[in-house]
Amino acid sequence: MAIEIEQPCVGLSKVAVSETHGEDSPYFAGWKAYDENPYDETTNPSGVIQMGLAENQVSFDLLEKYLEEHSEASSWGKGSVSGFRENALFQDYHGLLSFRKAMASFMEQVRGGRAKFDPNRVVLTAGATAANELLTFILADPGDALLVPTPYYPGFDRDLRWRTGVKIVPIHCDSSNNFQITTPALEAAYSEAESMNIKVRGVLITNPSNPLGATVQRSVLEDILDFVTRKNIHLVSDEIYSGSVFSSSEFISVAEILEARQYKNSERVHIVYSLSKDLGLPGFRVGTIYSYNDKVVTTARRMSSFTLISSQTQHLLASMLSDKCFTENYIKINRERLRKRYDMIIEGLRSAGIDCLKGNAGLFCWMNLSPFLEKPTREGELALWNSMVHEVKLNISPGSSCHCSEPGWFRVCFANMSEQTLEVALKRIHNFMVKKRSE
Amino acid sequence: MTQTRSRRTQSSEPDEGTKPATSSGGGTAMRVIVPLQGVVQGRGGLVLGSVIPCALFYFLQLYLKRHRRDPNPPPSPPSPVGSSSPEPSPSAGQLAEVSVLPRSLSRIHLSPRGAGGPAYVSGRANLILKGGDSPYYVGLKKVSEDEYDELGNPDGVIQLGLAENKLSLDLVRDWLVENARDAILGGGGSCSELSISGIASYQPFDGLMELKMAVAGFMCQVMGNSVSFNPSQIVLTAGASPAIEMLSFCLADSGNAFLVPTPFYPCLDRDMKSRTGVEIIPVPCRSADNFSLSITALDRAFNHAKKRGLKVRGIIISNPSNPVGNLLNRATLYSLLDFAREKNLHIISNELFAGSTHGSEEFVSMAEIIESEDIDQNRVHIVYGLSKDLSLPGFRVGVIYSFNENVLEAAKKLTRFSSISAPSQRLLISMLSDTRFIQKFIEVNGERLRRMYSEFVAGLKQLGIKCTKSNGGFYCWADMNGLTSSYSKKGELELWERLLNVAKLNVTPGSSCHCIEPGWFRFCFTTLTENDIPIVIERIRKISKNCKSHC
Repeated sequence: MAIEIEQPCVGLSKVAVSETHGEDSPYFAGWKAYDENPYDETTNPSGVIQMGLAENQVSFDLLEKYLEEHSEASSWGKGSVSGFRENALFQDYHGLLSFRKAMASFMEQVRGGRAKFDPNRVVLTAGATAANELLTFILADPGDALLVPTPYYPGFDRDLRWRTGVKIVPIHCDSSNNFQITTPALEAAYSEAESMNIKVRGVLITNPSNPLGATVQRSVLEDILDFVTRKNIHLVSDEIYSGSVFSSSEFISVAEILEARQYKNSERVHIVYSLSKDLGLPGFRVGTIYSYNDKVVTTARRMSSFTLISSQTQHLLASMLSDKCFTENYIKINRERLRKRYDMIIEGLRSAGIDCLKGNAGLFCWMNLSPFLEKPTREGELALWNSMVHEVKLNISPGSSCHCSEPGWFRVCFANMSEQTLEVALKRIHNFMVKKRSE
Repeated sequence: MTQTRSRRTQSSEPDEGTKPATSSGGGTAMRVIVPLQGVVQGRGGLVLGSVIPCALFYFLQLYLKRHRRDPNPPPSPPSPVGSSSPEPSPSAGQLAEVSVLPRSLSRIHLSPRGAGGPAYVSGRANLILKGGDSPYYVGLKKVSEDEYDELGNPDGVIQLGLAENKLSLDLVRDWLVENARDAILGGGGSCSELSISGIASYQPFDGLMELKMAVAGFMCQVMGNSVSFNPSQIVLTAGASPAIEMLSFCLADSGNAFLVPTPFYPCLDRDMKSRTGVEIIPVPCRSADNFSLSITALDRAFNHAKKRGLKVRGIIISNPSNPVGNLLNRATLYSLLDFAREKNLHIISNELFAGSTHGSEEFVSMAEIIESEDIDQNRVHIVYGLSKDLSLPGFRVGVIYSFNENVLEAAKKLTRFSSISAPSQRLLISMLSDTRFIQKFIEVNGERLRRMYSEFVAGLKQLGIKCTKSNGGFYCWADMNGLTSSYSKKGELELWERLLNVAKLNVTPGSSCHCIEPGWFRFCFTTLTENDIPIVIERIRKISKNCKSHC
């Protein structure tokens, strides 16, 4: 019989074993349920429908058409010998100039030309997740905090905190004013941090908001800018859904406000953007930091060595995004289709007796099931969520994973499926509500 | 390990010897005040000893604050030289000088409202910004400003400071030109089969399984088919730099340390330390041993670290080594494993150049050593990538190969910050699965590497410059002490400067690689063509003539 010798365990770091990756929360548990039993129209019609993933599949055909007609974008063609050589070896953290120009111009288009973007301030990262983490590394030291309005995207707990050691202090928003950020709420969050002896380094907002699916109003943006200037802290505006606003005129970017103020005090403002939502290309891993602060641009560039975008992808997208004809058309049609989907889901939910927050952007709606909770508590919300996932077989995201202070709200994504699937989902909800009312 | 090669501008990077991040706020201030207190306390007693330094401190803050208020001209945006940027950047940010003492402290003392002045940037960021102009990065910048071209710029700076392989790009290019389009979109020729959802939607962050399988196969092929790699032990990252950083994050806490034999490649400092707070403890290797790893030296360094109160978490080796080009033999690898077992450490084996051997010695991967050892597998992690062996640094493909389930789990989650672009993954799956092409590539590339290496070393020999016997990598490690004015770091840097500015050759001085012996230089020859070699030798000869007459 072999003698068992106990080996000292080779240890791992705190980062490696910490729970901050958050992958054990309900947000991800729902995904698991979907992974184990995914809905398929023909092969698995009773499976779980994924409504917890904010992915945009409504405009794939436009992208396919482009790539088909412009095959030189995806290869190098027999003529461009030097083009390939440069591309294969290109690992410069400045990124391809042509691609940065294309990104800057696309960001301008998405804002209806109401703000200008300088390609030299564009820093490329492999996705907005990396961009948010990078900015956090740059703006805050371990133990410092960022103020983030609730409800917020569950991934922030991981992206902003895990490796950086930075904390999130919530800015509480509630349904009394449609979850808008107010100056008293900002001040309260700041004071809360101060009372815990935590240094606040900045405010991070998402505009349009995830999970609310609504744009931030101009007056609120002005208030936030005034607040961060007063406190001498940073403002990060995550605008990854800016191209998914149903009507172009309703989105105000912080860039516009800065332009109106002639860029006074702008060196504290940084914008995060990505092609994952607006262009439906999350697999490409394309994110960007746009900063009005030279030091931040320089540092972010150098740090982006850890998260560069493949030169081949930059090359491919540079030509696509520079094609103004294509991008204008895409933005317009994408908006229309998203609005149509939104109307469809709102109508469907209304006929089932469910109200949603008035939204105007994004790939999801913010659904109010608080009247139907057994108990108006987090437990009540999770119980209802459990039924949604396991009985109704819909993966939706509970407000508590978004740190919403009021129980009963849920985020429901509608752009990552076909219209038929959405019909099926709405029907299931309808039946569930009917059953619930008769109980 | 990305090397930055800007076409037009090059920003300076942190010096390899940067200190670990000091805590912001009180830390720096205390380092000024405490010694001051000591000085004053000797004469003036406790009260004066505290009041005077604090008063000085207060007035210093006031002084700095006043001067920070001075209007500065708006800085121009970081724009590439020569680009047409007719209108000034919209940013009118008033960027004052970075003061040594942190802003937050002054805010408390002087202006509670804190209006005006630049917003705070973290300690980590400041280190990256302040980072000195190490020769490694200065050289790269010089090349980008004035790059040699046989016809267009024959007097330009020749690049010998970047471990990049251009020898076989033509093979890769030809393959891509023929196959790229179908490879990316997976089209079978007919339009209706174009499936963008395959590449557009969210993919597993740690890489597509097909790519892991293809990479596992490639690793096996390129390492001589002596060991097989299991795709489910692979985590793919956007380049080898994040792979190393991720392992750093997973295996060590901030303030812990890794033992690293010197000389090591210049970018390791940044990759390992800049955001993790981890320390590198150099383990010197000497020319007398041909710069090979000595377990005695490892042991000594480990004990020394322990005395200083540093917790050592692991050892990082590179095999083939960069910059020397040594292969670690079986005996050494076994000894290393014994040492790691004895001290309960991890081993990170950076095998980035495994497929770029050109000598007669056989390459042995750590994976082969550990194959038969069940108990120690948890401590071994291999870093690999396609930047060197496949000449595709632009595509950003790095590999963490580990036998430790927990490390793989943690690393997988971290890949969300550093994932490979899906279309590039598809392209590479196609390319790597074309085993006939890969075989041809390995053969032809190996042949070209061998040829360039022997020609270049022979060229240096003509000048009386000896190189260590190297078996792998894109470079040779040369003893240039015959040309230096003194056997010191100063002499080495003087020579480096003459090589760069007079001979117009960008080479990497040993001090950038933390080499303990001065006068050694790394020459990368894979960025040259055969015609360039005599030109390089001639340029060295010219300055060596001058050197001999003046030294």
